[in-house]
Amino acid sequence: MSLLQISEPGESPEPHQRRLAVGIDLGTTHSLVATVRSSSAEALPDSRGRVLLPSVVRYLPDGAIHVGEDAKDRAGDDPANTIVSVKRFMGRGVADVAKFGALPYRFVDAPGMVGIETAAGLRSPVQVSAEILRTLRERAEQTLGGEIFGAVVTVPAYFDDSQRQATKDAAKLAGLNVLRLLNEPTAAAIAYGLDNASQGTFAIFDLGGGTFDLSILKLTRGVFEVLSTSGDSALGGDDFDQAIAVHWRVHHGLADASGKDTRRLLVAARQVKEALSTQEEAGADVTLSWGQQMHLKLSRAEFEQITAALVHKTLGPTRKALRDAGLKAADVDGVVLVGGATRMPHLQRAVKSHFGREPLKDLDPDQVVAIGAAIQANALAGNRSADDDWLLLDVTPLSLGLETMGGLVERVIPRNSTIPVARAQEFTTFKDGQSAMAIHVVQGERELVSDCRSLARFELRGIPPMVAGAARIAVTFQVDADGLLSVSAQEKTTGVLASVVVKPSYGLTDDEVARMLREGFDHAQADRDARLLAEQRVEAAAMLAALKAALAADGDLLSAEERESLEARSASLERAARGTDPRAVKSAVEAVNRASESFAARRMDRTIARALSGRHIGEVPTS
Amino acid sequence: MNPEFTRNHFELLGLPVAFALELEALERSYLDLQSRVHPDRFASAGETERRVAMQWATRANEAYRTLRNPLDRARYLLGLKGFDTGEESNTAMPPDFLMQQMEWREAVAAGRAVHDAAALEAVRGELAAARREMQALLARALGGERNYDAGCSLVRKLRFLDRLEEEIDDALEAAGEGRP
Repeated sequence: MSLLQISEPGESPEPHQRRLAVGIDLGTTHSLVATVRSSSAEALPDSRGRVLLPSVVRYLPDGAIHVGEDAKDRAGDDPANTIVSVKRFMGRGVADVAKFGALPYRFVDAPGMVGIETAAGLRSPVQVSAEILRTLRERAEQTLGGEIFGAVVTVPAYFDDSQRQATKDAAKLAGLNVLRLLNEPTAAAIAYGLDNASQGTFAIFDLGGGTFDLSILKLTRGVFEVLSTSGDSALGGDDFDQAIAVHWRVHHGLADASGKDTRRLLVAARQVKEALSTQEEAGADVTLSWGQQMHLKLSRAEFEQITAALVHKTLGPTRKALRDAGLKAADVDGVVLVGGATRMPHLQRAVKSHFGREPLKDLDPDQVVAIGAAIQANALAGNRSADDDWLLLDVTPLSLGLETMGGLVERVIPRNSTIPVARAQEFTTFKDGQSAMAIHVVQGERELVSDCRSLARFELRGIPPMVAGAARIAVTFQVDADGLLSVSAQEKTTGVLASVVVKPSYGLTDDEVARMLREGFDHAQADRDARLLAEQRVEAAAMLAALKAALAADGDLLSAEERESLEARSASLERAARGTDPRAVKSAVEAVNRASESFAARRMDRTIARALSGRHIGEVPTS
Repeated sequence: MNPEFTRNHFELLGLPVAFALELEALERSYLDLQSRVHPDRFASAGETERRVAMQWATRANEAYRTLRNPLDRARYLLGLKGFDTGEESNTAMPPDFLMQQMEWREAVAAGRAVHDAAALEAVRGELAAARREMQALLARALGGERNYDAGCSLVRKLRFLDRLEEEIDDALEAAGEGRP
């Protein structure tokens, strides 16, 4: 992969000064963290050598929080306070979680996203996920011996805007600088593609604990281009466990088993499911809450029969992704299996028969996503070397639109648009003298607003009185490289402007995230200040280094006064960073940012002009 | 600070302003540009640089998306020449074209009613053949002939085919999901 050998303005100016960057796979059943060390990516184990951290968080009445194996071991005794598979609740309302079947939690209806009542009080899925991420951050910092510069956190490709935003909030809450949200199948493709120097069209079939993604990618000369993605953000290995548990309930007359029993049955179901990947028959011992001991059994044939419908559910999204990419199953050069649930033999058979080829599974399906994320994190942190250059082009999984008259959806950005993408749509008033317009942003493929997910509502006010149809209101959607949407609306004849970053309806504002952060650190005020200062210093150092490199490369774009003013601001930033006030460092960083705005724009113009003057990739001297 | 928008899509990608283009050259130019401006190149840079990068990458994606699709490319090129394709306002079509449309639509409705994916795929195939034919005519109209009025009319027809194809895709999806 040595095609795009150009030193980019945003990359690390000092190659030997590596920044610690990690990739985190925040999974439904388990999570893990990986990093690139001495040019190869590896997952980081905990102090006892375990790489996979069960995504289980237990809240105790005394305020203690257990994460991982300790929490998982007690899930059967204390199900209501032990949150398992929290990823399924991210950005989801009460009506959504009801679809997951019997769960032992005390859900609380909160606007947009459920809350869970625990022994430690009401917790949002964002906070629960943040505990998992914090545990992994600490593991990485202990192993790598320093502050983490930034992280790439993976999300299912089919996650909608609310679920993505919730994940990013959780990472912020865990004290992580999120370099990018990366789609899980895309992460797997990076790990796989760079490992095998693959070329061609690949399907990534990713069935995790709670989500299913199918992405089609084209790999050419160092470019990973996602052609289409599809999936089901509520289908995963957990559903197979549920199917087994339901089967046992029906066949052993356990219909009124309690919350504890629900969890115990699910734990047993999971063991049996995993065993059935290599055995023809498996069983597990369960002690029920009324003291009864049972040995529950299942044969592979029974398992395959009761879960055939679940396997079949993966085929619809698979066909849709192929159709969106304009391909047939036979056009695919390789199918990569990702996610622990792809170990099930009947699932592998279904994939093989659909694509007419043996799927690839030479990378550990549990680790490949984190490995890919670590490789991307390493590149984004500016650590990449000249011979390790590649480009990633991803897409938005679901169409974005607006509600129009009659509850219909007007599509603004179609699914599978390469991101970042922006699109504007014009609307007009329907009443004489109408002074405000309600804007309702939705995501999904269906024509009726009620069948799509509502992302945000806001109002454009102050439209001057005009006859119906005279106003020209342009609504602009921008999806950034994380796949997150922001929307702005402007009345064009007057310039009245309204804009929102689409905060999901659960409405965690930046202030609320900051408040949660504060609460988390309340008992450790000094820690918090030290952490803030350390973060700001990292930011300052990165900015100063980038600016220095920019001045060296393109200083001629500035007049003497402009250069002087920039240098003065960067000198005060250096001074502030030597001090101990995080707020002073922050405002100095912002000052340098503002002062360098037009410089950054001019440098980019020069980059483009150079590209257009006929110098092509590979001809630009590396520096 | 917006990226300067004075260059049109062709110029941005360093290509001649013409309907005929080599898809490979287009893709090469696009990837070359994107590899310079993509936000991933600036992930650890300052906020300003990150924003400028996002605007440029957005612009590059828009140019590539428009030029890659023959219908979008034709419409865009006609716009540059000062011709409005009038797809919303001008819906007059020759009778034989309308007849063909009606036949296809009936076939799609029938296929949809009984979830017949094979029948739907068959219509899709016929549609693809008709499209190739029209695209060849369009290339002539916008190329050597410089007959931009004919170009506008072909764009309108192709738009009809696109809409029909969307309906087929939706019907195929519905068939897959078992919904009406």
